Amino acid sequence: MTDTTGFYDLVVNGERRQVRDSWVGESLLYVLRERLGLMGSKGACEQGECGSCTVLLDDEAVCSCLVLGASAVGSDVVTIEGLAPHGAPTDVQLAFVEHGAVQCGFCTPGLVVAVHHLLERNPDPSAIETREALSGNICRCTGYGRIFAAVETVVALRKGAGK
Amino acid sequence: MSVYMPTTVDQAVALLAQNPGACLLTGGTDTMVEVNFNHLKPGTVIGLRLVSSLREYTITPQLIQIGAGVPYARMETGPLAEALPALAAAARTVGSPQIRAAGTLGGNLGTCSPAGDGLPVLAALDAVVNLRSPRGIRGVPFQDFMVGVKRNSRVSDELIESVSIAPTSGYQDYAKVGVRNAMVISVASVCLVHDRHTASVRVALGAVGPTIIRAREAEAWLATQVDASTSLPPDEAVAIEFARRVAAEARPIDDHRSTADYRRHAIQTLTRRLYLRSTK
Repeated sequence: MTDTTGFYDLVVNGERRQVRDSWVGESLLYVLRERLGLMGSKGACEQGECGSCTVLLDDEAVCSCLVLGASAVGSDVVTIEGLAPHGAPTDVQLAFVEHGAVQCGFCTPGLVVAVHHLLERNPDPSAIETREALSGNICRCTGYGRIFAAVETVVALRKGAGK
Repeated sequence: MSVYMPTTVDQAVALLAQNPGACLLTGGTDTMVEVNFNHLKPGTVIGLRLVSSLREYTITPQLIQIGAGVPYARMETGPLAEALPALAAAARTVGSPQIRAAGTLGGNLGTCSPAGDGLPVLAALDAVVNLRSPRGIRGVPFQDFMVGVKRNSRVSDELIESVSIAPTSGYQDYAKVGVRNAMVISVASVCLVHDRHTASVRVALGAVGPTIIRAREAEAWLATQVDASTSLPPDEAVAIEFARRVAAEARPIDDHRSTADYRRHAIQTLTRRLYLRSTK
């Protein structure tokens, strides 16, 4: 049992990180950005509508704005930073750049996390499955076509690499 | 403010007894919106994410039991979806994939919004809500559990542990109207369950009253028209009259999401559609 009054530790991107002097009502998104300096996850709606704060919590893609930071004690948190740990972009990030799926860029971290999560579960999604999996991530620039093209490219590249 | 993260139901119940009125939190998809917008400053939070027994379900020919911490994502496909197609249909309409990975049936019951998508399904299936406290387990039929808009009969030291549902034999489905297809809060919703065992057709309505409404008068009328112990007749006239009677039992209001007139119309259309689908 954990009583997380005041101080607590989170496991973020495989590292144990100390959260200190925070209000324990802070969302995981706020803790990641303002307490741990991980600015990749973006905050916009703060109510689970936009998906720009998507992270993996015990391998599930969730909105970090709707997770109480202190309740993530004992769980594995993976943020966009954790997907590309040494600064080298992932295949998904490269495909986004190549297809112009990054325009203003605000939704990109959440979308990239959601795409990684999708392809982890389902390496060869149908067009409908991709649309459904990304339906919780709002992008106001691209019209989504470039994002779906990027996903298709990654699927094809990974299939080729697996042969 | 304190946050406790128990790992067993017994620990959670003990903590709740020591902190009556504590905020119980699993997915956070309702509560954290309130916190983020400064509408709620909880004193004590008991987080239930690590209580693994709450995340389990069991399916036997006699009884389906769903832990309060089972997220919607696990109702959409797999054994639960096969056993309870209406619950699967309702789960698929909740929020986004991210919300469905986090949000739970227990949270739907705890919040008890008339627009909660799981609730008409529980009402139509005559589900029993199992509440755990230091006094033991209390089983409350859903109809007695939800008592008003965001109000239920759980007392402050009770934990929503699970729901129990008797399996039915026959068509069941859930349909809702919202302003768009994805990530939408219900404007009006209908769950229809046909059960040959009990020779009944049960209909529950969401977002058209202070609680989920069972259209019992319309159900009783239909029982005089059709034999529900076998396949329902694809009779358009029966469907239209049944839908009209169901809609008459709705108690909708005008609000920022829709008007009462439109909601009643939507209930009528959805009911007729579900009845006719059930005959196929």
